[in-house]
Amino acid sequence: MRTELKRLADRAAAEGLLDVAYATTDSPFGPLLLARTPRGLVRVSLPAYDADETLEELAARISPRVLEAPAQLDDARRQLDLYFEGKLTEFDLPLDWSLTEGFRGKVQRAIYGIPYGETRSYMQLAASAGNERAVRAAGSACGTNPIPIVVPCHRVLRTGGALGGYGGGLPMKRALLEMEGVLGRKPT
Amino acid sequence: MTALPPFQTLLDEHAADVMAVLRGAVGRTDAEDCFQETFLAALGAYPKLGDASNLRGWLLTIAHRKAIDHHRANGRRPLPVADVAEVPTMAEEAADDGIWVLVGALPPKQRAAVALRYACDLPHTEIAAALGCSPEAARRSLHEGMKRLRKELA
Repeated sequence: MRTELKRLADRAAAEGLLDVAYATTDSPFGPLLLARTPRGLVRVSLPAYDADETLEELAARISPRVLEAPAQLDDARRQLDLYFEGKLTEFDLPLDWSLTEGFRGKVQRAIYGIPYGETRSYMQLAASAGNERAVRAAGSACGTNPIPIVVPCHRVLRTGGALGGYGGGLPMKRALLEMEGVLGRKPT
Repeated sequence: MTALPPFQTLLDEHAADVMAVLRGAVGRTDAEDCFQETFLAALGAYPKLGDASNLRGWLLTIAHRKAIDHHRANGRRPLPVADVAEVPTMAEEAADDGIWVLVGALPPKQRAAVALRYACDLPHTEIAAALGCSPEAARRSLHEGMKRLRKELA
C-alpha cells in the first residue's frame, strides 16, 4: 500500500489537488510535524503539541485536502537537520504566512528577521512591528507563531534577558539558544 | 455540519477496504489504477462535500463508479490478440486470490455486492448506498452472487 499512497500523493500534487502536504521529521527534541502549501512552509508543530490536532486545524483553516507527502518537504527537512547539527544558520525556504494576520503577522515577520545567534526583547520586537507599546501583543504573537524554529521566536527574550515563554517548553528554548551560542548574553 | 477531517484520515482508515473492493470488482491488476482514480476523484470533490457523516460509504460509492467506468472502457476496447499471452498470469492470479477470482467473474452488481459484504463487512443498507440501489435490491444481488459462487464451488 505504501507505493500506492506515494503515487497518489505525487499525482495529487501534479494535478493541483494537494493543498496541504505534511511530513514528520526527527529533531533532538522529538518529532516535528512540518506542513506546506504550494506557496511554502506554513506550519511547524513542536513535539509538545498533538500532531492530530495540528492536522485538524490545518484542515479547518487552510483546506481539508491534507495529505502525508514527505517528498514535498524534503527541502525543509534537510535544512532543519543541518540547523540542528549547527551547520545552517539561515533557512532558505519559501514561507506561507496565511495562518497569521494583522499585528501578530507583522510581529512574526519581524521575528523572521532576527539573525542566528542574536536575540531581541519583546519590547524591541513590538517596536520593530510598528507599535512599541504593544509588548503584550508581541508576546502573544510569539506564542502563536505557526512556523517556530524557522521563524525563530526562541530568539525573543524578556527585557533583561529572562527566557520568557516558549510553546515547545523552556528547556527547548534554552537548548536552542545554547546551540546558537547566545544564552546568558543580554539582548542587544 | 461536521468539520471535514484531514483527507489523510480517509486514506488511513479506508484505503485498505477500497483496495479490497476494487480487487474484487476489477481484479488485482487493474485495481491499482482504479484505486488512484477513486482517491483522486474523492480528493477533488472533498472540500465541497457537505456531509462528513459517512465518508466510508462515500468513498466506496466512488470506488464502485470507477469500477463500472473501468468495465465500460474495457467493453469498448477491442480485444487485442496479444492478450492471449497473458493467460498464464491469470493462472497465477487464481492461485493468489482464490475465491476472489470467482467473485471477479460474477456480473458487476453481484460482484460489487459480494465484495462490499465480505471484503468490507458492510451491512445491506451501506451496500445499497454504495451501489445506488434499494437495500432489497442489494440483498438480492448479494443472494444471487452467493448462489452462483456456491454452485461453482460445489
